[in-house]
Amino acid sequence: MPKTQNVTSRRRVVRFAPVLPSLPGPDDIHREVLPNGITVLARANFNSPSISMSGYLMAGALTEPDNKLGLADFVSSALMRGTQKRTFDQIFNELEAVGASLGFDSGVHATSFGGRSLAEDLPLLLELLSEALRKPVFPKHEIEKLRAQLLTGLSIRAQDTSDMASMIFDQILYAGHPYSRPGDGYPETIHAITRKDLVDFHRLHFGPRGLVIAIVGGIEPKKAVEEVHRALGGWQVKGQKDAPALPPHKNLKKTVKRHYKIAGKSQSDLVVGTIGPRRRDPEFFAASLGNSVLGQFGMMGRIGSVVRERSGLAYYAYSSLSAGIGPGAWEVSAGVNPKNVSTALNLIEKELKRFVKNGVSAEELADSQANYVGRLPLSLESNGGVAGGLLHIERYGLGLDYYQRYAGMVRAVTREDILAAARKYIDPEKLAVATAGP
Amino acid sequence: MKDKLTQTTLRNGMKVLLKEIHTAPLISTWLWYRVGSRDEVTGNTGISHWTEHMQFKGTPQFPGAVLDKAISREGGTWNAFTFLDWTTYFETLPADKIDLALRLEADRMVNSKFDAKEVASERTVIISEREGSEDEPLFKLGEAIQQTAFRVHPYHHEVIGDMADLHSMTRDDLYDHYRTHYVPNNAVMAVAGDFDTKSMLKRIKDLFEPIPRRKKLPRLARPEPEQEGEVRLTVEGPGETAYIQVAYHFPNAAHPDFFALTVLDSLLAGPNNLNMFGGGISNKTSRLYRALVDKEYAVGISGGSAATIDPFLYTFTITVHPKRRPEEALAALDAQIQKVQDELVSREEVARAIKQARALFAYGSENITNQAFWLGYAEMFATYDWFLTYLDKLARVTTKDVQRVARKYFQRKSRVVGIYLPKSGESQNA
Repeated sequence: MPKTQNVTSRRRVVRFAPVLPSLPGPDDIHREVLPNGITVLARANFNSPSISMSGYLMAGALTEPDNKLGLADFVSSALMRGTQKRTFDQIFNELEAVGASLGFDSGVHATSFGGRSLAEDLPLLLELLSEALRKPVFPKHEIEKLRAQLLTGLSIRAQDTSDMASMIFDQILYAGHPYSRPGDGYPETIHAITRKDLVDFHRLHFGPRGLVIAIVGGIEPKKAVEEVHRALGGWQVKGQKDAPALPPHKNLKKTVKRHYKIAGKSQSDLVVGTIGPRRRDPEFFAASLGNSVLGQFGMMGRIGSVVRERSGLAYYAYSSLSAGIGPGAWEVSAGVNPKNVSTALNLIEKELKRFVKNGVSAEELADSQANYVGRLPLSLESNGGVAGGLLHIERYGLGLDYYQRYAGMVRAVTREDILAAARKYIDPEKLAVATAGP
Repeated sequence: MKDKLTQTTLRNGMKVLLKEIHTAPLISTWLWYRVGSRDEVTGNTGISHWTEHMQFKGTPQFPGAVLDKAISREGGTWNAFTFLDWTTYFETLPADKIDLALRLEADRMVNSKFDAKEVASERTVIISEREGSEDEPLFKLGEAIQQTAFRVHPYHHEVIGDMADLHSMTRDDLYDHYRTHYVPNNAVMAVAGDFDTKSMLKRIKDLFEPIPRRKKLPRLARPEPEQEGEVRLTVEGPGETAYIQVAYHFPNAAHPDFFALTVLDSLLAGPNNLNMFGGGISNKTSRLYRALVDKEYAVGISGGSAATIDPFLYTFTITVHPKRRPEEALAALDAQIQKVQDELVSREEVARAIKQARALFAYGSENITNQAFWLGYAEMFATYDWFLTYLDKLARVTTKDVQRVARKYFQRKSRVVGIYLPKSGESQNA
């Protein structure tokens, strides 16, 4: 859509990542580990004249000291601000001149990157990726410009009821645990980060070991591997640190509620939830299908049906499960008029109680199972969708035949599995409840 | 384009565009109606969008809750969008399940219930949607600018409508709007994906041709008189960040100048991404990024227009740097506009804008939903040919064209400058 267009829609537009004639599998995914430890995954799609490239390395916010929160994020934003070979403007001039894109982001566990270009420009994209990963120089004046931009981002965040409710929610739910900390930090921690901090973080945590890169599109997989080898095969880092282990978390002993006041707003956001499974936990599929019934399937599941369709309280009300390396949150989010916050909360708590008491019906389970299996072609439609899928397989060790086994795993989940997972993770008397608004 | 394209019009006046694409076992259908917020009169603003919401509440054959489940069960996705000029409904489904979408769209062209209880609960949903938007500085600023730029033309109000009307409209207003505009001779059906054209066309005829043609209202035609002097406005609200939007009256998409302006936009503010699904690219080497963000007048800059039937707006959006006053950022913008008016841009810059457009087209073609979107979207403000010849028309733009349109359209006297002034909130938190 044009950038300024004020299109209005029935539901909030979620960019669907997004297909190829058959599901990716061992026959057409090429996986190779380079001598320096980089894992390359590639799959051809010659229907497309372009390529999508994405990947990650295990350098994240986990190692940040409390007074420097936002450091990993600052580093990822600064990697393309100048390298030993090119200035910020030169880097982006190369990219934008050919309509390509490249960017970095960071999370608790990893720094990720992604880009795309016409297939003919893959070598350029990889060269710029390699420079940014290996030879960033963090120019002082660029760092200060970036700092001002990050700080503006934080002052916009402070006015956003949805962002603030999520932040307060994490603080309640994960008190004392690294997951309680915002990845973009606080104004005072962004002020405290020095150029030396950036340089040190990059030196200690960036390296080829553990780096994974996926390339999908109009290029032969073997050729893609050669290109990665050419750009990154010579990267060696002595003393690259291993990512630290994730400390254990504590469950809440009772429901904890907190409100964050933002004056002058006409909507409040609320987030209610608990700690869910890790991606590799055996309950993951049951929890995920259960969550689909609870707050995803159709028009945002049971939660959407009760809060939006029947009561007309909100434009959005849904649940989500963010299982990753560690135990992610299992949460319900809604945006409602400030005077309806407690009504919406009561409805949501009632649905959680019902979910934990009775689980899901056979029909609901069958619906969500059909949805999970049926949507696979759509979610793997674009090069970016497949690249994301390949990284997911690699990160959680799911096996190259994962998408081919997927339908079987989904259909194997029973109502009893879902009830057990619901009871294991959700205690309606011990919830984190965060609200932000006037 | 090697994909097979068919265009035809059914006996009842409904236009049909079909494009066979056999890269994935998917089909995407888009049903477009030539009705949007520009067809709304005072008292009924927001009615097109609300009607769109009501179209998901069901018919006797497909009750609301059944619909959502039926699409989800097949692993599909569906949604709808309302804009100034149009309203559209899409479904993307595995190819062997597409009949559900076709039956559903034929049914709800005629048989939606608009149950009074559903209207009541949707009223609060839409009010909640508007309240959410009102919390965004750029929504408030954009709304103020739009109503200032259009006094006469019905592009003057936001698609979601004014709060007063959202409170006062009735079930019968909505139903009447639906019955008036949801007629086959006011609709375009666009389908792309993994199908056989002959059998797809037959199925569409079987389902849609029985729906009779009805009288079609002429669209509101109230051209906006030329603006005769710059207008400045301010909006105040919570926050710490100031924003500026500068909006210029701009030609409609079918106007020949649209393409030179597209090139100009690309080199000033970065390439405009016209894809509904597919994402864009960065603008860090655009002239305005270099002049405003690199030089620390702003922390962000973007620009863009919309493809519309009647002349609409081109808008620059600037997030002002915390150390600058809005006027300083505006002066930096004006210096750059002056520059493209005074000096010819280089051929390389024009060539670069064209390569960027080619790449964005390639990204957009990965996705069946986006391809089907384009089939119908282009029909809403021009014809599909507009899309097919888009890159060729860009390729013919010269550096002199760019200068000419910069002089013609980026004039101070025909612009609205809006500034969002933050009033630092006293938010104390426990």
